[in-house]
Amino acid sequence: MSGPVTEAKLWYWQRVSAMALALFVLVHLATMAWAVRGGLSAAEILGRTRGSWLAGAFYGVFVMAAAVHASIGLATIAQEWLGLRAGAARTLAAVFALAIAVLGLRAVYGLVAA
Amino acid sequence: MATARNGRVYGEPRLSDELVVKVWRGREDGAFVAYRVPRRESQTVLDVVTWIQRHLDASLAYRYACRVGMCGSCAMTVNGVARWTCRTHVSRVAKGEALEIAPLANLPIVRDLATDMRDFFDRWARARGQFSGAATRHDDFARVDPASAARVAADAGIECIGCGVCHASCDVVAWRPAFAGPAALNRAWTLVNDERDTAGRERLLAVAGDAGCHACHTQGACTERCPKGIAPTAGIAGLKRLVAKAAMRGEL
Repeated sequence: MSGPVTEAKLWYWQRVSAMALALFVLVHLATMAWAVRGGLSAAEILGRTRGSWLAGAFYGVFVMAAAVHASIGLATIAQEWLGLRAGAARTLAAVFALAIAVLGLRAVYGLVAA
Repeated sequence: MATARNGRVYGEPRLSDELVVKVWRGREDGAFVAYRVPRRESQTVLDVVTWIQRHLDASLAYRYACRVGMCGSCAMTVNGVARWTCRTHVSRVAKGEALEIAPLANLPIVRDLATDMRDFFDRWARARGQFSGAATRHDDFARVDPASAARVAADAGIECIGCGVCHASCDVVAWRPAFAGPAALNRAWTLVNDERDTAGRERLLAVAGDAGCHACHTQGACTERCPKGIAPTAGIAGLKRLVAKAAMRGEL
């Protein structure tokens, strides 16, 4: 993937994922502040999230937005600071995005379903 | 200058009699050479450079034309910051008696303080910086509403004199050799907002992606340093939005 139109689309996706992340981080922090009132324990967290499709959907989309946003940014940094070519930087970023997505979704699965 | 009874002296601090001016000599592998230059009131950095060339070393190469901030030829790096030298007073930038004058960054050096501006203006051409109109000399004048949003946006960037200060101040230009740079993108933005222009789609394509507007990190050095008070950062942000929307809609 390269060319100015692709690059413009990647910029768009990074911008849209940033907007999503801004909202998700706020909701996440507000929920945390509310949830830790009675102390924080694994059992309490799992009691709240297990079987909750709302929590699953929320954190599933959160993970995907983070994977998209961070990897596009890292591809740019790799080109500008490490001098990688666009192709190599994007491949590296795609691997990173996959890693975030797999690890993140596995964690969400652990919270909701396991 | 009046002297008060307690011995303190009121009024303007006296200027020291001379400046020690380090000037870049040679090309990329050159070095700074120090000159002593008499200090004057209301002295500009360009006055200093001219004094050195006329009194100390006639071989000093530099470029200027109008001396009044219109032509954009005399920009140099003064104490590490890109500036137009004809409108920069020594009193504003000298650190004590010290002044360091170098050619603009991010451009090839011809010799001493003169940079090769060809690459700079080639980028304007690549960013589709030429006006393309549909009207001929037989048509009546176009009537453009000066209060329309597009014309207000174009007017905000139209006073660029092509001095290269923004280009020399931009980190992304240094990092990405293919990046169009703030001046070329500002030019493209004024044309995108010119309702008489007919090359909108080609121009958006020319400024799309990592060689164009999307590489800008919005650091704003161009906007901070522009001697004309233009905000290329704002124009580039506008281009990013327009181009990305067009790309997502499949219009590019």
